[in-house]
Amino acid sequence: MNVATPSVEVTGDDGSVRLAGEWTLAGLQGRLPSLRQRLTRASAGARTWDLSGVQRLDTLGASVLWRTWGERLPETLIADEALRGMFAAVSVLGPRPPAAPDRASIPGRIAGLGRRGLGALSQMLGVVGVLGQAALDLVHLARRPQDAPLRELSANLYKTGVSALPITALVGFLIGIVLSYLSALQLKNFGADVFIIDILGIGITRELGPVLVAVLVAGRSGSAMTAQLGVMRVTEEIDALATMGVPAGLRLVLPKVLALLITMPLLVAWTSSAAIAGGMVAAAFQLDMSFGFFLDTLPRVVPLANAWIGLAKGLAFGMTIALVACHFGLNVKPNTESLSENTTRSVVSAITLVILVDAVFAIATRNMGMPG
Amino acid sequence: MKPVIEVSGLVTRFGRQTIHAGLDLAVLAGEVVALVGGSGSGKTTLLRQIVGLLRPASGEVKVLGQPVLSGDPLADRALRRRFGVLFQQGALFSALNVFENIAFPLRELRWLDRDTVRDLVMVKLAMVELEAQHAWLMPAELSGGMVKRVALARALALEPELLLLDEPTAGLDPDRSAAFVELIRRLRQQLGLTVVLVTHDLDTLAALATRVAVLGERRILAYGTLEHVMAQDHPFIRGFFALDRMERALARARS
Repeated sequence: MNVATPSVEVTGDDGSVRLAGEWTLAGLQGRLPSLRQRLTRASAGARTWDLSGVQRLDTLGASVLWRTWGERLPETLIADEALRGMFAAVSVLGPRPPAAPDRASIPGRIAGLGRRGLGALSQMLGVVGVLGQAALDLVHLARRPQDAPLRELSANLYKTGVSALPITALVGFLIGIVLSYLSALQLKNFGADVFIIDILGIGITRELGPVLVAVLVAGRSGSAMTAQLGVMRVTEEIDALATMGVPAGLRLVLPKVLALLITMPLLVAWTSSAAIAGGMVAAAFQLDMSFGFFLDTLPRVVPLANAWIGLAKGLAFGMTIALVACHFGLNVKPNTESLSENTTRSVVSAITLVILVDAVFAIATRNMGMPG
Repeated sequence: MKPVIEVSGLVTRFGRQTIHAGLDLAVLAGEVVALVGGSGSGKTTLLRQIVGLLRPASGEVKVLGQPVLSGDPLADRALRRRFGVLFQQGALFSALNVFENIAFPLRELRWLDRDTVRDLVMVKLAMVELEAQHAWLMPAELSGGMVKRVALARALALEPELLLLDEPTAGLDPDRSAAFVELIRRLRQQLGLTVVLVTHDLDTLAALATRVAVLGERRILAYGTLEHVMAQDHPFIRGFFALDRMERALARARS
């Protein structure tokens, strides 16, 4: 594309300025700063502006000239109707407002801190609200069992449970191998080989299995739940459901919460088993411990209470993840940024809360399930 | 005069279905061409091929004298900066406010300073008859008519020579639709644009188009002024414009 170069020329002694060329986005590219300087110099004493040589003028050219003239037309302007029309269009530009200081003041920062604290508090209240709604929905279901969202529940059981089996087994097995291998190295030094079974049994069933599954499920299913509900919010699908008399809580939230309540303990049992199997394999290689001996000793040194604690943790973690995911999903604002932000927050908050709940469990069950 | 858009021998297939079989279309500078046709006749598909979002199975699409999918990324980008597209739903960036949406293409140029971008955005907002305070709203807070106006302002940000509109008045009430058509007409005159629009709305058609292209039977059935097209003896055209006559009759009855 051939573009006539825009130019500024001061002619005569009276300081009249002649402009020519294409004063457009294409014409001004790369020449704007130098042309601005020349315009400013030329405009110092200029009375008359001759724009008859200007071939084209767009919003950019017009606004640059308008700013040069101090937000008004010059006293004498030689220009045709089309050019004047462009100046009329840019005449909405008033004097530039003074630049606002963008450094935050100290009280402003303190207020910001407070707002974040209040924000976190209201998020927590929101999660409690989702829990309350789920409880109310359960009461409703007890009265009207025919409203039970069985298809949704089954779909969620499959998505959060069945399809998570391979990955949780793989991760559990590998963690079991690593844990067993590293522990065996230490135990060998003390000749305490047989305690590998105690370490793996209690550590995995009581602590590692549930937390591992919770992290995996929060990343896998929690994020998916938040994203799904969030997109449904953005596209007004939840509103559409509500107008059909289908409450979002009963049909979307409750099946997710119930599904995780059912699948999480099962996944915990599955993953813990895989991890112990991994540990058993590593022990066989590292300590020459036979599978038969390992399996014989395990129930004798690990009290059954540990398995129950593990399953109970699975229940609690599952509920936490589902509630947090649904809360953040339902609170997505209708834009893409909010969707990604809430999905991130959902996973991070779910894992953090799971660790907190785990600490509560550790204290509450400190007298249970210890060998001895 | 060289055509602004040249479509020749265009063939489009989706799976086994043929949408266009050897379609030709030329749009001259300064024209307002309306693409009309029944549902599934491939109007929007044709528009998407003109702007280079879809690659035709065969045939050539040239915009402003250059192939729209040249394979050279720099040439493609330079060409895309010379036309503006208004999508049916506006396609505003939902995470950015109105100001940022309009400023986005300007900032992409990477040589305009902040104050200039600000000036240009404010001028564009005024051009589409929105007020300065609307600049700070988010797309989700806008009414349907405002979304279209902001999308139009964004399409006009880079001073395009060619404007492509997909159903510009769909989803607007008759009042707003008429106002939006009037706005497009005024801007076209002021900025000297060539316009191609897809529309179902006969009022839009009658008010804007200098030429009408009727799509059907996988090709252009008729192409010419509204009078010329309406004079054609073809079942679809008769059906489509019989409504038009009815509508005019209604308009006469009302006034």
